[in-house]
Amino acid sequence: MSDAQGRPTQPDISAAGAPPATFSGDRGLALEEASIFALSRAGVTGVDLPEPKGVAPRLAGLERKGAIGLPGLSEPEVVRHFVRLSRRNYAIDLGVFPLGSCTMKHNPRLNEKMARLPGFADLHPLQPVSTVQGALGLIDSLAHWLKVLTGLPVIAMSPKAGAHGELCGMMAIRAAIDARGERRRRVLVPASAHGTNPATAAQCGFEVDEIAGDATGRVSAASVAERLGPDVAGIMLTNPNTCGLFEREVREIAARVHEAGGYFYCDGANFNALVGRVRPGDLGVDAMHINLHKTFSTPHGGGGPGAGPVAFSEALAPFAPRPWVVHGAAGFALVEAEGDAKGAKPFGRLTAFHGQMGMFVRALAYMMSHGGDGLRQVAEDAVLNANYVMACLKDAMSVPFAGPCMHEALFDDAFLEGTGVATLDFAKALIDEGYHPMTVYFPLVVHGAMLVEPTETESKESLDRFIASMRGLALAAKAGDAARFKGAPFYAPRRRLDETQAARKPVLVAAEASPRAAAE
Amino acid sequence: MRYLPLNAEDRRAMLATIGVRSVDELFRDVPKEARLDEPLDLPRHMGELEVERALTSLAAQSVSAGSVPFFVGCGAYRHHVPASVDHLIQRSEFLTAYTPYQPEIAQGTLQYLFEFQTMVARLAGLEVANASMYDGSTAAGEAVQMAARVTKRSKAVLSGGLHPQYRDVIETYVRYQDDEIVAAPMALGAEPGLADLIDEDTACVVVQTPSVFGTPVDLRPIAAAAHAKGALLVAVVTEVVSLGLLESPGAMGADIVVGEGQGLGVGLNFGGPYVGLFATRAKFLRQMPGRLAGETVDAEGRPGYVLTLSTREQHIRREKATSNICTNSGLCCLAFTIHLSLLGEAGFTRLARLNHEAAIRLSDRLAAARGAELATPAFFNEFTLRLKKPAAGVVEALAARGVLGGVPASRLLPGETAAENLLIVAATETNTDEDMERFATALAEVLA
Repeated sequence: MSDAQGRPTQPDISAAGAPPATFSGDRGLALEEASIFALSRAGVTGVDLPEPKGVAPRLAGLERKGAIGLPGLSEPEVVRHFVRLSRRNYAIDLGVFPLGSCTMKHNPRLNEKMARLPGFADLHPLQPVSTVQGALGLIDSLAHWLKVLTGLPVIAMSPKAGAHGELCGMMAIRAAIDARGERRRRVLVPASAHGTNPATAAQCGFEVDEIAGDATGRVSAASVAERLGPDVAGIMLTNPNTCGLFEREVREIAARVHEAGGYFYCDGANFNALVGRVRPGDLGVDAMHINLHKTFSTPHGGGGPGAGPVAFSEALAPFAPRPWVVHGAAGFALVEAEGDAKGAKPFGRLTAFHGQMGMFVRALAYMMSHGGDGLRQVAEDAVLNANYVMACLKDAMSVPFAGPCMHEALFDDAFLEGTGVATLDFAKALIDEGYHPMTVYFPLVVHGAMLVEPTETESKESLDRFIASMRGLALAAKAGDAARFKGAPFYAPRRRLDETQAARKPVLVAAEASPRAAAE
Repeated sequence: MRYLPLNAEDRRAMLATIGVRSVDELFRDVPKEARLDEPLDLPRHMGELEVERALTSLAAQSVSAGSVPFFVGCGAYRHHVPASVDHLIQRSEFLTAYTPYQPEIAQGTLQYLFEFQTMVARLAGLEVANASMYDGSTAAGEAVQMAARVTKRSKAVLSGGLHPQYRDVIETYVRYQDDEIVAAPMALGAEPGLADLIDEDTACVVVQTPSVFGTPVDLRPIAAAAHAKGALLVAVVTEVVSLGLLESPGAMGADIVVGEGQGLGVGLNFGGPYVGLFATRAKFLRQMPGRLAGETVDAEGRPGYVLTLSTREQHIRREKATSNICTNSGLCCLAFTIHLSLLGEAGFTRLARLNHEAAIRLSDRLAAARGAELATPAFFNEFTLRLKKPAAGVVEALAARGVLGGVPASRLLPGETAAENLLIVAATETNTDEDMERFATALAEVLA
């Protein structure tokens, strides 16, 4: 059926064949995008800058001789390149992102707007402190909220991410031990810990002593007690732990470690389960980093920037790193240099300047939006959502440790036994369902681990759809439909990528016109 | 509460499915002594309007750089960022994605990281670069540790032109690994004695160019001296725009180049978040810290990208990892990459020249004031003035006159007598002739 101009009036695909390969390589809205270096043409630019005046340079004869090898594109080309790239990413704004241990919750746009206020964003870290009172006030406010929420008296604000916060906490422990004139070098770390924990301990000159968990997925006070001794500097414990479980004997563990002269470092990655309901200070914690990009919703941004302020107990507070904000006679002041520390014994400085101000603004906007009442609800809803996922899937999948869980639900691959489907295959099939997979193969203490963290910002309807996909996949695997899994993902911008080839012959920079390093 | 989708009915239904009566039962593993029954002493939740009102009023209590003649540098520089940069980095697919652990649905992030790595390597004049560190100072700390791994030596020699807070970070990073740090005395210009500090135990010598005082450094002699003793040269660049005009550190013999990328795309942000640049020679690749994006193919043979060589990293190697770093500075890498793509070769080199010319104009004007002389005859966009009185007071007096006129060296080097009268001043393309005139007039008044 056609109209007078010959335009078909009814869709008719009866004569259509298989989907054709396209001449462009794109497929409708599934767009390919070349490297920016391949799109480049010499001399083109996306900015209009005034002509330099041609003044004789004063560079001591160190002018660059050759070209750099940067691309050349106009503004529309640059915008199109990056918008096309963006469409090849999954994101929390597109759907459930249940990546356990990462707390992928909604990122409010109010926080973005606040962080861009010129009174925060357009300040230089070395302006006179008299001209940055509002910024120091914001840092002080955020520290206050964190003190109240953790029940710990001092916050080091400068660490730039969670792992940097770990370094901060463990260096303070090392400094405290050195100040006592002791040589304690052993740190207890559970087998279920994040990899950053042992890496951090090593960077502070400690040896890692791994403790196994018990049959309930937890660390027992008895297993800690038997490892304690005069050479133990402390313990690094994640709570809730990476199996999504609260460490029931945490207070007893803290007491034993303290009795033995050690300190308790808590990995605060999972604080989202506790905020407003449990204060780490009441658990005996001496130092804990707080991932502002997890619990307090500063955007993950494709892998950073994060922020990892550290809360300290009275015992470790004197060793907190520079800089910090103080209340002076003329408003807020900054302690930046060693000589200004007055009685404190800071172990040093972890970064130039004062920390992740842009993240501080976002986190404070988030906290103020929720209030004390809302933050408590955050923890409750996060825990409720995770338990709901576990309850709805425990018959179809397999749960290594009985609940209730905290804010993440851990599954293992026992339910896949004999199906020919591995955890990785299951994760890739979830991509075809339109979801980002959960964390897989972590924690290491569980075989074929799948760690699901829904967060509090998912609705029940959204969880029900996610659960339906998970259940459908579990049943399909058990029913012998391995093909669905082995070839997955079918519907993503790429099929599975060859990581072995990437590592064997690393290609880390674009090939076009790369300059070579000078001879040594 | 606007960010929480569950309502009371949802919660009731979900608790019933779980088989518990109340949410408290889900927290039963928490010891009684640690359960908070009372709400904490914090304000209650607020609407957008109230939060916006409160934070806007706090923001108004500072003097923003764009509101006054502004000449502050020393590791963070105010450059104009094209509007499309901030628009693009706020796209949900970039802003609300995470580390590309599932490469099939993270090609956008992986590809821009690959493009970022390429740009950083080319700017540095080296073969490979990683997908960024937290900032320039922590990248410097990591570089010193990497040099120790490569050379199996434990001493680092730091130039007297290195940003003092970078020196502080390096010392802190290696403090508990029993490495030795030898810091050369403060140096405004050439450091003929630096090479003498390098010996057979030296893993690396760390030199900043342009130095914290603004002096561009010819790295070739110190590279030769380091290499002659089997040590590496780590070059530090805190103003990335300088690489548009100055010879790259790699071309002058640096083995590791670290830098602060803040000047491109990121903004001042009162010190963070920033983006640390890290480049090195291909032969040291496996000792490099941080994430790496690499090119490969998918199961159908189509090109694609993955995170690679992760056997260096903490999540695989745990206590034997090259670093404890986990995140990078993803979104800031993206801003850097977009800004540099917009500039391109032509725009970036022109931007660098405009910065240099702005600094020449400003230095001529300021050095004409009685009681001020130029202490760094060669510079890129930042130079040091020697004043007739302590610079800290001068900067305060300038601020009182509505001019943010640089950094007193004494803020970075407290107690260093030779630094007391030094004022470090930066000029960029954002400074107008009128700004410069106001600065010169105010400085003349303050020094009179």
